[in-house]
Amino acid sequence: MHLRNKLMGAVALMAVCVPALAHADTSDKRIALSNNYAGNSWRQAMLESWEKVASQAVEDGVVAAADAFTTSENQATEQAAQIQNMILQGYDAIVVNAASPTALNGAIAEACSAGIIVVSFDGIVTEPCAWRIAVDFKEMGRQQVEYLASRLPDGGNLLEIRGLAGVFVDDEIHAGIQAGVEEFDQFEIVGSVHGDWAQDVAQKAVAGVLPSLPEIVGVVTQGGDGYGAAQAIEAAGRDMPIIVMGNRQDEMQWWADARDADGYETLSLSIAPGVATLAFWVAQQVLDGAEVPKDLTVPFLTVTQDTLDEALASTPEGSVANVEYSLEDAKAVIAEAKQ
Amino acid sequence: MNGNYRILLPVLSLAVLMAAVFYLQPRAMSYFGLNLLFNLAVPIALATIAQMMIIMVNDIDLSVGTFVSFVACVTATFLNDAPLIGAAILAASILAYAGLGALIHMRQLPAIVVTLGMSFVWAGLAVLILPSPGGAAPAWIRTLMTVKPPLVPMAIVASVGIAALTHLLIMRSSTGTLLRGVGGNTRAVLRAGWSVTRLKAGAYALAGFFGVLSGMSLVGLTTSADANIALRYTLLSIAGVILGGGEFTGGRISPVGAVIGALTLALAGSFLSFMRLSPDWQIGAQGAILILVLAVRLVFSRRSARVEG
Repeated sequence: MHLRNKLMGAVALMAVCVPALAHADTSDKRIALSNNYAGNSWRQAMLESWEKVASQAVEDGVVAAADAFTTSENQATEQAAQIQNMILQGYDAIVVNAASPTALNGAIAEACSAGIIVVSFDGIVTEPCAWRIAVDFKEMGRQQVEYLASRLPDGGNLLEIRGLAGVFVDDEIHAGIQAGVEEFDQFEIVGSVHGDWAQDVAQKAVAGVLPSLPEIVGVVTQGGDGYGAAQAIEAAGRDMPIIVMGNRQDEMQWWADARDADGYETLSLSIAPGVATLAFWVAQQVLDGAEVPKDLTVPFLTVTQDTLDEALASTPEGSVANVEYSLEDAKAVIAEAKQ
Repeated sequence: MNGNYRILLPVLSLAVLMAAVFYLQPRAMSYFGLNLLFNLAVPIALATIAQMMIIMVNDIDLSVGTFVSFVACVTATFLNDAPLIGAAILAASILAYAGLGALIHMRQLPAIVVTLGMSFVWAGLAVLILPSPGGAAPAWIRTLMTVKPPLVPMAIVASVGIAALTHLLIMRSSTGTLLRGVGGNTRAVLRAGWSVTRLKAGAYALAGFFGVLSGMSLVGLTTSADANIALRYTLLSIAGVILGGGEFTGGRISPVGAVIGALTLALAGSFLSFMRLSPDWQIGAQGAILILVLAVRLVFSRRSARVEG
């Protein structure tokens, strides 16, 4: 009798504990976000996304704490000190959007040797002990041409709008577009201007180059320049080519209006500020003991004809389409990187 | 008497801040913790000493930040790949500093303008040497900056060492007395038959030398460089000198105080971050700490002036 009671008790205890163990391995872990800059709409949206997802995760008992820190000045030495403070504060994982790919390496190496998991995203770091969630800008360029090929099998002339000259991102997207044009050789880039990722600059640049161009069937862009291009082409009285957009609110608004007027169709893609939440879940997975490759790639946030209304409704004016990632998304990204 | 006051206040503010940090984060009260708190203060302390050398002769150097960045870039590239060329470049940059000092005195140029101009030169050179962040710290510097001496962490040993060395050099040696004399009463030094041009060049060369040490130690901590890595050091170094009891004129400076001032500034940042203060308020709060310390100093110096008078 006595023994049976004890056994029953043990079984009951097991029943309570086992599921908890399987789900809440990280419930006592603390994660910190080290951010170097908060002065534009993208970063503000990023911090909001983090706040939303991380506080929910804390409430659900997935992690014990998930605090966001932003340095008061956008300086690498400042952020290195911030990371060292986080080591002292005893965080188990640090998610970092770095001010410099290299200048934080010393502090990050200190964190790693203290047994802390470091996950960098967007502004990634080169220190080998950290995880990196990088943006594949090349693929972003290539996918635009791929989409145009699916819409226009016969090909034609393209106008390319580039970003700010001399910046790494501009070179990468441009290289991706070049690769795309080589792959789908029915297309030819007949003109290229610098739009500096700004609508007004793009509008002026496109308006300037248009008179010298033959008929164009598509415009490949880098984001932030699609609306300006559309304005310039409209003003010139030309047939509207397919302009690939970059998830900005004004671009999506123009696209929705054109769709309602005459059924205009295109594609929009960019990186969502919510990538911070993807980094959060990756850090949680590493803490959970999951095997995660060191180099991961951010999925693009793609807005299509079907999701346009939804994306537009959830994007505030002057901002950029955003999405918060879930644990499942993070697992999918990890699984993809393992292949 | 006055000299004692001068060092008392920085020591006191550092002690108060340290007590607050230990209270907020007891983990900091360890070998490991102290090193993490202060290791990034070592290059700041060296940059502050460099600034102090300039302030000592009544000038001010607005190019410290970009100069340290430039040195960091040279250290992570040339000094690592071709040590001889790297050392030559660094030696040449110290000579350039000496030349600037001489030029500023001979042509009676305002140092604030010349060094502001030089800050663009150093920044440009840094970008030329290292267009995109990278490079690697020479192994021996990395070893030196991560060494774990027994009992006391590297950051503390280095700070005490820097303070002691510069104290001997500036406060105890005859050269140091002369250099301070240039700031105190240039004419008297001149009448006594010394070449002020040469002395000013010497002070600037010392600033260049400590700037070089600052950049090298910074790379030793970060493992690689970035052309913008130390821009903040310009203002930090000026604040450190003043916080440490130095004054903008009259050659009244304190090397020990300057090192303590630099440590206090580094600690203030950590303190505010441990307080979980919003970043929007942090810069303001850092400024408030600075003003508070200076206000206390003013009260002290007024009182002592009244007693003496």
